[in-house]
Amino acid sequence: MQDKSSFNLDGDYYSSKFAEQRKGEGDTLILNLGPQHPSTHGVLRVMVELDGEYVRRAEPVLGYIHRMHEKMGEVKTYVQYLPNMGRVDYLHALAWNWAYVGAVERLMGIEVPPRAEYIRVITCELNRICSHLLWWGAYVLDLGGFTPILYAFDDRENIMDILQMVTGSRLTYCYYRFGGVSSDITSEFIAQTRAFVDRFRKRIPMYHDLVTGNMILRGRCEDIGVISLEMAKRYGATGPVLRGTGLPYDVRRAEPYSVYNQIDFDIPVSEAGDAMARYDVRLAELEQSLRIIEQALQQLPDGPYISADVPERIVPPKGEVYFAVEGARGKIGVYLISDGSDKPYRIKLRAPGYSNLHVFAELAQGTILADAISILGSLDLVIPEIDR
Amino acid sequence: MTQILQYLVMPLVHIVVALAAILTFIALNGLILVYVERKVAGFIQRRPGPYEVGPQGLLQPLADALKLMAKQLVMPRGADSILFWAAPLLSFTPVAICLMPIPFGPNLTGWNVNLGILLVLAFSGLNVLALCLAGWSSNNKYSLLGAARAVAQSVAYEIPLLLSVLCIAFTTGSLNFADVTASQSHGLFSWNIFVQPLAFLIFFIAALAETNRAPFDLPEAESELTAGFHTEYSGMGFGLFFLAEYSYMIVVSAVGSVLFLGGWNGPFLSGHWWMLGKIYALILVMMWFRWTYPRVRFDQLLNICWKWLIPLSLMNLLGTALIINLVR
Amino acid sequence: MTTIRKTLNGLWSLIVGLKVTGKEFCKPWLTVHYPRQEVNNLNTYRGHIELVSLSDDPGKPKCVVCRRCEEICPSDCIRIEMHTPEESHLPDRPLMLISGVPLAGSVAKDPLCEGDKLLRVLDGFYLNYNMCSLCGLCVQNCPVSSLTFSQEVYLAGQKRSDFEFDLLQRLQEDAYKPIKSYH
Repeated sequence: MQDKSSFNLDGDYYSSKFAEQRKGEGDTLILNLGPQHPSTHGVLRVMVELDGEYVRRAEPVLGYIHRMHEKMGEVKTYVQYLPNMGRVDYLHALAWNWAYVGAVERLMGIEVPPRAEYIRVITCELNRICSHLLWWGAYVLDLGGFTPILYAFDDRENIMDILQMVTGSRLTYCYYRFGGVSSDITSEFIAQTRAFVDRFRKRIPMYHDLVTGNMILRGRCEDIGVISLEMAKRYGATGPVLRGTGLPYDVRRAEPYSVYNQIDFDIPVSEAGDAMARYDVRLAELEQSLRIIEQALQQLPDGPYISADVPERIVPPKGEVYFAVEGARGKIGVYLISDGSDKPYRIKLRAPGYSNLHVFAELAQGTILADAISILGSLDLVIPEIDR
Repeated sequence: MTQILQYLVMPLVHIVVALAAILTFIALNGLILVYVERKVAGFIQRRPGPYEVGPQGLLQPLADALKLMAKQLVMPRGADSILFWAAPLLSFTPVAICLMPIPFGPNLTGWNVNLGILLVLAFSGLNVLALCLAGWSSNNKYSLLGAARAVAQSVAYEIPLLLSVLCIAFTTGSLNFADVTASQSHGLFSWNIFVQPLAFLIFFIAALAETNRAPFDLPEAESELTAGFHTEYSGMGFGLFFLAEYSYMIVVSAVGSVLFLGGWNGPFLSGHWWMLGKIYALILVMMWFRWTYPRVRFDQLLNICWKWLIPLSLMNLLGTALIINLVR
Repeated sequence: MTTIRKTLNGLWSLIVGLKVTGKEFCKPWLTVHYPRQEVNNLNTYRGHIELVSLSDDPGKPKCVVCRRCEEICPSDCIRIEMHTPEESHLPDRPLMLISGVPLAGSVAKDPLCEGDKLLRVLDGFYLNYNMCSLCGLCVQNCPVSSLTFSQEVYLAGQKRSDFEFDLLQRLQEDAYKPIKSYH
């Protein structure tokens, strides 16, 4: 029969945690979801112990796309580390750009010209919509609906065209620079962004008709994966996962950075804490992002798009700094220690997905396999960001 | 000698010819439906669908079929080889028998049997055995889960399917498809969909579940079980399952149009065009559903069946029986 | 009672969904068919870098061999070859140097020249596009704007060496192409 000797699983997570210690009673089935699996969004591996279709235990296994971003920061100069930031979380690249650039600016005391701040707000919010749209499509795809993701991609392409105009790329942006942004926005950019905002406002009701109101989808999301506020705090969950439990915590309001305190927007909150609440929060955030973009375009001042007094060689003073921004998935933090040389001594990236993912192990216990997939999707995970 | 010719050889020839015709019909329809399905998906998603092979991509299904036939047949280690290869055949073959008693036109019936409805229901039930075998013999956990889902789903949904078909049998008083068709020949409102709308609804939902079409495609649930029971199949093994799925769509649509939509009855055109049109209309609706809805969960699927469809179809059946008795 | 109303509302939501997809079904395609059609915003695409030639000599780059791009590149994908000439006088055309002073006069005091002697001459500008992350730092940091982005989006190759460019050669090939094809 099966030649078992050809598999050596000694060092594997399976052997250390699953082979001997089964949690369910009787004969349980251990299923290895991933690292290649349609619904793990990249290379997440989840070990699941199944009793029939019931999940007795589900544990995420990380590290399949670990690229040493933090270590790379120690061997590259401050400027050279910039392109890495577009690749940590490729879906909301500009927020990571911002977190890193902001940390260095805070450390060196660089003033950012107001026009640059507004450009950052506009582009970052566009990117946030982009990220939420992809999540929306992929989540419904997880639940078996094929079509919505292509409608979402239609709007997403529109945003990517707009962002390509100023950044030159479509996904892994490297646009923000110390003291500003790398190129000014054009009048065409502004016109197209305005057109997009109007167009997208009209599209959102269609999204709700097709998916949000759908009885089948509501059945798959409501009362699934309920997170209490206490639990979210315990795991350090942020972003829509936290706001889905009823706490209006948003870095843009809690620790205001840039010009967000001059812009009027709401923080969408839902009390229920289930997958549907997270869904609702994200879709409401789409509309808030549109509001922010509209106001930022209105208030956009003239002036330079990059500060003139940024030194040619970036050599920050000795010290340490922490800077956080609100990414599409939650609080993105960059912690940086400088020893006074042209390379950081240590960079720590706080990825929101990492904290959000670990809620999964507790949530999935006792659910049905299909629900576990739904929960995993509702957390909006980007695995490269988690592994870094 | 003439008697042997009359009672043995002639029916045999008749059946063989009918089988061959039906198999051709199925194979052709398989190709067309693959194309139609992908085009429908494409148009719903605002893209052209298959476009490169042949004019408007018309030769795409042929290319796909050729690819599937040319592919190596791979069997996973530890799989039960006999069951593994028997399953796709077992899934496909009953289809031909299911289509035999269906009148496609005034004189276009493969084999006019008195218990036609029973025959179709009996043989279509075989499909679940094939899925179960495929899942079990693949030696794959995903396949096994898919097979378990398939069995539970089929067993549950056969009940409302049967009950809704029984309503028609009660009103017509016959299990012969030809009789059912004849009873609906008095104009549009004699069609059973207007006599038994609830039965039609239940029949259609149950048929979706029986054929494992979205939103009830749990046995293959891509995002959960990668491909469910046919995870391990490649080449023609997969091709046969695929063909079987589309063939069962034809079967349920054909049965649905005979039982509820008046069969080949219709003005102006000759009968078989009407029948074909009705079959395709039902299939298009099924495709429309697939590209619109998310998938239901397993327990919800069974809840819909046991809590809604079975009680409703039972009530419908009792009501029908009562009214028939009162009228008589 | 509420269950029934909820169910009916749910069934209505299913019909609403069908209406949405039905409407989309009737609308035209959105996709762009590459070999037959092309997207229209390639002018904003930033591909690999390209040397910019002098305005009066399309075969010579503006590059003054300061090697800043080589230094700043996060991926080490630029390699510059140069030599210091034995006896070299400044070219006639006014070259801009890092200090921003035109090189025409001999007053320039710059790491790149000494009196009227040019210290560095560009021999080769090699780009390993396999490793480039398209961050644009080299273009931004070029003091004489000798680098620009190309708009080559349909770049495809079968081996690594297909993406190792000699930019100086490309520039010269581009510049003298019409003459070459004339022969």
